[in-house]
Amino acid sequence: MIGTPVSPEAAVLLVPLVAAGLLALLPGYRLSARINVVASALSLLAAVQLLFHRPEAGPLLFVDDLNVVFILLNTLVGFTTSVFSASYIGHELEIGRLTRGYLRFYHAMYQLMMFGMNLALVANNIGLIWVAVELATLTTVLMVGIYRTHEALEAAWKYFILGSVGIALALFGTILVYLAAHPVIGEGADAMVWTILIGRAAEFDPALLNLAFVFLLLGYGTKVGLAPLHAWLPDAHAEGPTPISAVLSGLLLNVALYALLRFKMLLAAHPGAIAPGPLMVMLGLVSLVFAAFMLYRRRDIKRMFAYSSIEHMGIIVFAFGMAGPLGNFAGLLHMTMHSLTKSAIFFTVGHIAQVKGTQRMAEIRGLTETHPVLGWSLVAGVAAIAGLPPFGVFMSEFLVVSSTFAREPLLALVLVFGVLIGFGALLLRVTSLAFGEPVGRTGPVQASTLPIFAHLALVLVAGLYLPPGLVAWFQNVARLLG
Amino acid sequence: MPKLYFDIAHTLAGSLVLLSFVMLYQRRLGALVNVLALHAVVLALSVAWQAHIQGLPHLYITAAIALVFKAIVVPMALRRMIVMLGIHREIETVTGIGLSMLAGIGLVALSMAVMLPATAGVDPVAREDIALALSVVLIGLLLMVTRRNAVSQVVGFLSLENGIVLAATGAQGMPLVVEISVAFSILIALIVIGIFLFRIRERFDTVDVQALDRFRGERR
Repeated sequence: MIGTPVSPEAAVLLVPLVAAGLLALLPGYRLSARINVVASALSLLAAVQLLFHRPEAGPLLFVDDLNVVFILLNTLVGFTTSVFSASYIGHELEIGRLTRGYLRFYHAMYQLMMFGMNLALVANNIGLIWVAVELATLTTVLMVGIYRTHEALEAAWKYFILGSVGIALALFGTILVYLAAHPVIGEGADAMVWTILIGRAAEFDPALLNLAFVFLLLGYGTKVGLAPLHAWLPDAHAEGPTPISAVLSGLLLNVALYALLRFKMLLAAHPGAIAPGPLMVMLGLVSLVFAAFMLYRRRDIKRMFAYSSIEHMGIIVFAFGMAGPLGNFAGLLHMTMHSLTKSAIFFTVGHIAQVKGTQRMAEIRGLTETHPVLGWSLVAGVAAIAGLPPFGVFMSEFLVVSSTFAREPLLALVLVFGVLIGFGALLLRVTSLAFGEPVGRTGPVQASTLPIFAHLALVLVAGLYLPPGLVAWFQNVARLLG
Repeated sequence: MPKLYFDIAHTLAGSLVLLSFVMLYQRRLGALVNVLALHAVVLALSVAWQAHIQGLPHLYITAAIALVFKAIVVPMALRRMIVMLGIHREIETVTGIGLSMLAGIGLVALSMAVMLPATAGVDPVAREDIALALSVVLIGLLLMVTRRNAVSQVVGFLSLENGIVLAATGAQGMPLVVEISVAFSILIALIVIGIFLFRIRERFDTVDVQALDRFRGERR
């Protein structure tokens, strides 16, 4: 976007917003699907631009080393998902699960969701972050319920109510942060601008800040999917269209986590406030161990990977809770690897469910024989997410575990225990899904394998070789996070 | 500021807490919706009063939204829904009325005990408003978890949201309050439309994941 009057941080917002308006007006799903892909690609280009051209922090928007990681990841997975979505919804239209009218709505909502998430990531105002997270939540609620089946509506309703309570609590926490900043910074918009808040956080009233963080942790934690606030997550993942499951797991959870990290930095900047770390470590471990055990009892394939997302968000929150340069680095890397791997798995699972006409794992067997590409992609994806070498998830999990062993061996034991339990469940499932006597339909599949391969390749490369530039960048962000 | 200003602000905020308690012991949906409308009227008065004493005219917009949207439009829609779905019978509660009243008292005590010491340095009007607002929020949550029916859960959520608007307007000169109240109104409108479309009669019996998995979750 060099030479254009629009700055890149405005472009990552304007492109999806304009595209959403356009897609709401245009009939014809083929064209819409293409526009969706083009708009997502343009957003990605704008995000890449942010790497080289860092704009000045304004009162509403700002970009620093931390959120640029999130924005890049967000637009990248947003783009690949739009490619996957184009082939996925074509099939849904054929079998009559979706109608043209719904597809128009779907594409407009997709871009509106991207707008909401990008806005949450570049916002410099803690009130604006909240509004943006709410917007992203609402659009995903509408898309989760798009199939209009009893289960889908119920999942959307549950997501809606729990999500609303979560964001209501987060708003209360945001108000408390403002109240804490008010005596120091004075009345008005400045007391909600994050870059100003962080500069003077040490002068705030620590008691108010502590209280605010509890509300923010519960509020945004609901959206991150931390146990025991996760009840919405498996339903929303299982009943919605698969592209939405992919962006929910790969992106929306990260956006909520990002909001939480911003407030954690505020607390960390105040010497008198409680340490936010132990709270996050606790919630992270509970989520990890709980989700790992829940993996064994799943019968629905999308639901199983939804629990796996809870497990990994647990590990990530744990790593950020341990903090320190190494903990933050590991958390950041694991978050990136998880987003890429989990969305690749959902792409694969989406096609598998379409071929087989079911999400029940008992009715899916022997995929490597009937559909070798999908079957082996699934095996590779599950091997990656379970933390097997040589994939990137192995490296990031190894970093989390080893950095914890150095500081808190007891916590590391719990962590390893949870990871191993989850590992066993995934391995058990994938052997029955991918190998053995084929069961069910064996029809041909028009899968868009490019997004799957691209993600898995990135994860594989990251596991074998991390470019020094990337390492330096992440180390810098880890220092920022304190 | 004259002392009368504080007193009126606190009386209005206190009435909101009182009305939240009134919601806790309603047995019929129609009556519950009426109390909700009254709750929104008191909220509108309280916000308008804050607009007056803080000299912030834009807060009148928030007050107007509360009055028109939450005190008139939403209750009307909810009443129509109750008739349409034929659910004016008694509200099923998870716990008895007495127990939930006691729990409500406990929550108010908790929010006072937590908020008042934490906000020692804050302006006195905001300080007690925030403590009362937290009580309204917590009682709203209590209402949501002790009722089994979708409409009364929505009423619980709306009263919770009223508490948050009270807190936001009580925080002196907080920016974006109007925008946030608009965002919340969109949320509420969607919830109400959601019930209409989804025809949800009974929902959310439990937040117990095990039970949910057994009922639907693992489908077919």
